[in-house]
Amino acid sequence: MSDLTQDSDAGVIGTGTHLSNLPTVDPSAEPSAEVPVDGSARLSNLPARDTPDPSAPPIRVVNLRKSFGELEVLKGINLTVERREVVCVIGPSGSGKSTLLRSVNMLEPPTSGEVLIEGINMCDPDVNLDLVRARIGMVFQQFNLFPHMTVLRNVTIAQQKVLKRSKAEAERVAAEMLARVGLTEKLDVHPSQLSGGQQQRVAIARSLAMNPDMMLFDEPTSALDPELVGEVLEVMRDLAKSGMTMMVVTHEMGFAREVGTRLIFMDDGVVIEEGDPREVLANPQQARTQSFLSKVL
Amino acid sequence: MASIDIRPTTRRRMSVGAWYVVAVGLIALIVFTADWDTMKSQFANGEIAKALWPDIVVIAMWNTIWYTLVSFVVGTVFATLLALMKMSSGPPKWFAIGFIELFRGLPALVTIMACMYVIPIAFNGTKIPGGSVGAGLVALIVVTSAYGSEIIRAGIEAVPKGQREAASSLGMPASTTNLWVVLPQAFRIVLPPLTNEFVTLLKDTSLLYVAGTTIATRELTSFSRSWLTYYGNATPLVLGALCYLIITIPLTYLVSRMEKKFAVKK
Ligand SMILES: Nc1ncnc2c1ncn2[C@@H]1O[C@H](COP(=O)(O)OP(=O)(O)OP(=O)(O)O)[C@@H](O)[C@H]1O
Ligand SMILES: [Mg+2]
Repeated sequence: MSDLTQDSDAGVIGTGTHLSNLPTVDPSAEPSAEVPVDGSARLSNLPARDTPDPSAPPIRVVNLRKSFGELEVLKGINLTVERREVVCVIGPSGSGKSTLLRSVNMLEPPTSGEVLIEGINMCDPDVNLDLVRARIGMVFQQFNLFPHMTVLRNVTIAQQKVLKRSKAEAERVAAEMLARVGLTEKLDVHPSQLSGGQQQRVAIARSLAMNPDMMLFDEPTSALDPELVGEVLEVMRDLAKSGMTMMVVTHEMGFAREVGTRLIFMDDGVVIEEGDPREVLANPQQARTQSFLSKVL
Repeated sequence: MASIDIRPTTRRRMSVGAWYVVAVGLIALIVFTADWDTMKSQFANGEIAKALWPDIVVIAMWNTIWYTLVSFVVGTVFATLLALMKMSSGPPKWFAIGFIELFRGLPALVTIMACMYVIPIAFNGTKIPGGSVGAGLVALIVVTSAYGSEIIRAGIEAVPKGQREAASSLGMPASTTNLWVVLPQAFRIVLPPLTNEFVTLLKDTSLLYVAGTTIATRELTSFSRSWLTYYGNATPLVLGALCYLIITIPLTYLVSRMEKKFAVKK
């Protein structure tokens, strides 16, 4: 019931921002001998498994398959996202885009294949998933803000409970991130009192406050009224400019063309075509890509 | 029948008016047929009321309130644990299912008697601390946790899946997610049935009489009952009933205000 179970992880991620204080880099963050024998003890025994490898790509998906009962939704996906890349994923409804994105942070555990985040194998049962997930921001189509908390609390809660930041520190970071997404007031209201565009921007700030190494977006503007789409895309554009590694499932071809560094077209659980967004959109090579694009463009 | 063209507002006023006529009629019927002198001495006897004061409040009502609060608070904590266990897997799940089915299936009275008499016999004289009240409270806690767990489980399941996913994606472990994200929303959702549970419990504290009560441990019902027998007069019962309403009516009001408050934020 309590978050005591997290205590053992606190030493690893609590004292600063990600990457800069990996157990191997910062000896003071090594779990001490007194902490309960669970994740922390294992961490010190097998540092290689839990420790991000700075030279490994942020996201690597190897031969990923996923079935829901009889239905095979992902049929062997291979994909690597390099640092600072903005990979946009497009494809018809039901082609498995969301499932692919959700497998990256194990919201949807794969049936077979591997997902490696900064070299850490997410399918290894010994890996502390929560620790890795804290470094992967995720933005949902339906925002999924916590309705019973104020905007500010939405952005501070995980900082305090996961990163063990103090309330003051968390609120400072929250205000900074909210300002970054263009929200400087209404921090004390509940999400229901915000417009959809504002809610989605709060959701982005909530993820950013964790100092993620990469961000996943699952159709972040699909639930928005048309006039609110722009403000969210603007925030994402700035994020991409700042060098954030991003994987974006979207129907916004304009965004993909302008901001994307790579475009992936999926259909029926496989990657049909991928390449430079401008080239793929202007000159698709595969028949299925051509037919999809002719419908949406 | 010819349809008469009446405006909706007028029609509503007419139907409300009809209800007033019925109510006034009923009251008049009671007023004119009842034997008022007998009623007054039998149900609202001032002498008896004076004799019961202040014990009816400082002992009986106070006992009812704290028996209810203790059983409700502790019972709800266990109910939450049971609900989470039932939604997990393996032995905790089986234990939760067995516990819930057993104590939902038994009358509360039987559970109370079991705690009083069966446990000491079965476990070689082990007695629940706190005497008969202690045993009774343990029984009420057990009953409340069994009923409450199903209510709370329904609440947990009603929290959208995306909430848990958002929390997970932020790196929150399951325990943190439950404590800060899922349960607070679940409790808001099940506030009305949980209030029912509270009111049921308030009334079930009267079952503690089977545990045998002393002057100091009597709650409202046993208090009223014993004075009813003593005086051969229903005034203690009427006062006891009033005390229950003094608790439940403000509670209902408070809860409906809380619901409105949550509804705004939701
Ligand atoms: N939890 C689940 N259980 C069973 N089937 C599922 C589940 N999640 C997704 N599916 C199915 O998997 C297929 C792919 O779903 P997915 O959500 O990944 O598609 P998508 O490409 O994101 O589509 P959209 O553009 O509509 O969001 C669909 O046929 C869907 O019905
Ligand atoms: Mg989708």
